[in-house]
Amino acid sequence: MSIVAPVARTKVHVTVNPIDCVAHGMCAELLPERISLDEWGYPIIDGRPLSEDEYRHAVRAAKSCPTLALLLVEGR
Amino acid sequence: MSVETLAGSQHASPTTLPRLLITGGEPGATVDLRTHLELHGRLALAPLVRGGDALLRKVIADSGLRGRGGAGFPSAVKLDAVARTSKRAVVVANASEGEPASRKDQVLLRTAPHLVLDGIQLGAIAVGATDAYLYLHRGSPAHSIVERALAERTEDKVPVTLATAPNRYIAGEESALVNQINGGLAKPTYVPPRPFESGVGGRPTLIQNAETLAHLALIARHGATWFRGLGTGEDPGSSLVTISGAVNTKGVAEIALGTSLRELTTALGGTSGAPTAVLLGGYYGGWRSAESVWDVPLGHASLRAAGASFGAGIIAVIDDSTCGLAETARILRYFANESAQQCGPCLNGLPAIATAFETLTFGRDRKAANQSLNRLQRWIGLVSKRGACAMPDGAAQLAKSALDTFAAEIDAHVRRGPCAVANRSLLPVHSASDEGWS
Repeated sequence: MSIVAPVARTKVHVTVNPIDCVAHGMCAELLPERISLDEWGYPIIDGRPLSEDEYRHAVRAAKSCPTLALLLVEGR
Repeated sequence: MSVETLAGSQHASPTTLPRLLITGGEPGATVDLRTHLELHGRLALAPLVRGGDALLRKVIADSGLRGRGGAGFPSAVKLDAVARTSKRAVVVANASEGEPASRKDQVLLRTAPHLVLDGIQLGAIAVGATDAYLYLHRGSPAHSIVERALAERTEDKVPVTLATAPNRYIAGEESALVNQINGGLAKPTYVPPRPFESGVGGRPTLIQNAETLAHLALIARHGATWFRGLGTGEDPGSSLVTISGAVNTKGVAEIALGTSLRELTTALGGTSGAPTAVLLGGYYGGWRSAESVWDVPLGHASLRAAGASFGAGIIAVIDDSTCGLAETARILRYFANESAQQCGPCLNGLPAIATAFETLTFGRDRKAANQSLNRLQRWIGLVSKRGACAMPDGAAQLAKSALDTFAAEIDAHVRRGPCAVANRSLLPVHSASDEGWS
């Protein structure tokens, strides 16, 4: 399991470091296909592998997270 | 050297219980080094110590030993993961026992500290560790006993340092333990890296429950076949349990895994009322109706198949003088207070779940109670697997098991308000409001 450079694209999914996450909610705006927010504003993540399109959005969401809590992960 | 020859050591291989809580004298006395050597023989002469690390790991694998800290993870898998790394490893014996309803690690250390200390040395041999820690909660009477026992020992290859955990439920969680020993707070950290890769001092770290290590001390002397002489195929050996509630003898007992609650409570002098429900596996475990689990063999595999959990061997039996809903409400509030306040789903979800459960249990407003029930059902599904540690999962599981097991009681509480025994409390919760995190 490792954080993936933007070029990789197979079997990548998103996850969150829940300690770093402080509920800015950017990720749900930029990757609504995979991320919704709970009633306290914290992300609920669909951790299935991303499609090519979703992957591009996910990279943007991860880069936009103010606390860099959103992670792209390869493998399980 | 075959495993079979191991049973031929000069010291008798105890074939009956107790294995760990044997004192050779007065029950409850602390076994000093001299008595320990009379009972078990020198560790340095144990056949497996002379066989080296690979043989030791193989025999532990053959023994089927599962960790006794709650998860029941096969010890051999953990040992192998640490042994595979190339750096000098660290061993930590975890006796922090943050679970308020558990006493077994304290009783073990008070009774047989040298079994745990032997186990630390064996763990160190098995993974190539050069440093070791024993992690105890603050104020534990075991501190002085362990210090005395360490001072008696002259043959240890690896020095053992005592580390102190704050009295917090999650201080014994593996990443929290590592964080605390590394000079930080006893709060969980985000993993990976897991402690077996990078733990104490950034080194590969084997963390084993104190009781697990004590079993290791006996397996090294008597072998895997001997260990499997008690217990079941999937849950071999003996295990310590802490039993409380509506039973005539409360406290810590050593059982052969596979023993049923019926057999255990009978051996302990029976129940003090008609058992209605049982909390199994501790506060991260769950409630089951007494009749559904009374004849199930106690062990990780068998209880999981029955929809329950063995955890660290915590068993609380209740009868109709205790309200399972009220007990659950108090534990859920305790969890909310014990949250490390690091992860959103925990710091928001646990107080919300606790409040809803309190409204359901103690409220007198039928509409509010029904609303709370709906919210609980939603939040229970919402918080699991979303924290850095398993606390939200544990709280959700406990709450769900109570909703399932006490459905009739919930109906009665919603219709008529709290029952007559809702204000009595049985299960202990630490009040740690002034306890820090280091």
